Amino acid sequence: MTRFRDDAEVHPPMDYAGYKSTALRHPKEPLIILPHRLTEVTAPVFGEDRLREYDNDLTRGPQGEAIGQRIIVHGHVKEDDGRPVPNTLVEIWQANAGGRYRHAVDQWPSPLDPNFTGAGRTITDDKGYFRFLTIRPGAYPWRNHPNAWRPAHIHFSLFGRAFTQRLVTQMYFPDDPLFFQDPMYNSVRDERAAKRMVSAFDYESTEDHWALAYRWDIVLRGEEATPTEEPHA
Amino acid sequence: MSTTPSQTVGPYLAIGLPWPDGPDVVPPDTPGRIRIHGRVFDGAGDPIGDAMIETWQADPDGKFGPGFRGFGRCPTDAEGAWEIFTLKPGRVDGEQAPHIDVSVFARGMLNRTVTRIYFADEDNAGDPVLESVPEARRATLIAQPADDGYEFDVHVQGERETVFFKV
Repeated sequence: MTRFRDDAEVHPPMDYAGYKSTALRHPKEPLIILPHRLTEVTAPVFGEDRLREYDNDLTRGPQGEAIGQRIIVHGHVKEDDGRPVPNTLVEIWQANAGGRYRHAVDQWPSPLDPNFTGAGRTITDDKGYFRFLTIRPGAYPWRNHPNAWRPAHIHFSLFGRAFTQRLVTQMYFPDDPLFFQDPMYNSVRDERAAKRMVSAFDYESTEDHWALAYRWDIVLRGEEATPTEEPHA
Repeated sequence: MSTTPSQTVGPYLAIGLPWPDGPDVVPPDTPGRIRIHGRVFDGAGDPIGDAMIETWQADPDGKFGPGFRGFGRCPTDAEGAWEIFTLKPGRVDGEQAPHIDVSVFARGMLNRTVTRIYFADEDNAGDPVLESVPEARRATLIAQPADDGYEFDVHVQGERETVFFKV
């Protein structure tokens, strides 16, 4: 039976004092090991029928173009042995150029952009490649700690080819001066792992008189190289 | 190459993740369609109104594959309530009782939590996953029959904390 590598050490702890909302929203009982049986090594498959035209272009609003710095965000979805994850749904959502989300809960005094909804989706090609055109999101304040600001980021949701590979994460931008005070970013304890959430400025892929570009590869956990005995609970 | 770390869905997942047909694991006119619903609660017993439930399951024959989406997705409302519309899964692998894998995402969760739905009116004896759970806690994994299907609450923390799995 297929077994996916344990990557628990990479991920943030569920109980993280720096991020206050975790206090009442993390399990306190020990997790039970779920061996990877058929339900865990399979995943839904979504086709182009999930996509509408321009779903990968967040800059097109109902009345015109969204305001802000136009950027290309692209990269590959891979497994940890480098093999591509083709034909997988990638969903993103983000704040606008001023750091405001189109959501009733977000009420800080930064303007909404009528031409920016902030949601996009695409499906990776046969090489695992995805590409979005969007607006560079702004930083925004939140109430976690005094003068708390989230570094600019884009939320990403990925399925992969197995339930075990499901991943929701955030893509950050290089050299953001706000990382030092951000509990989300710093909840990833291994500094090298945290840096894997940061995109790279990609001058080669910029488009002259059109858009800057950032490259971000997303790595999903891969299969164990050799079969191992299922852990006994 | 190492995996990309998880981050929370945050408070604004409603912008990007809900689908109009998210709760419809099978379309509305499907014979045998049932509703599975419940609420999500935090460690203070308060409903979590900005969570999202995802479900993944076999078809009634216990199979995964084309022809059966198998996947459901529903954000919680202000009361912490969610629902999906599906067909009851069959036994899987010959040894596992009918079950649905569940992911819970929310603001305040830096990674998803994973649980399973079993059914009170099925023969769950001998299921290897249920048997790996301390007997006193197994009830948190069992959906109870309701008028139009089954009810399954998730307690992320607290006295009635749901059993969560490490996948």
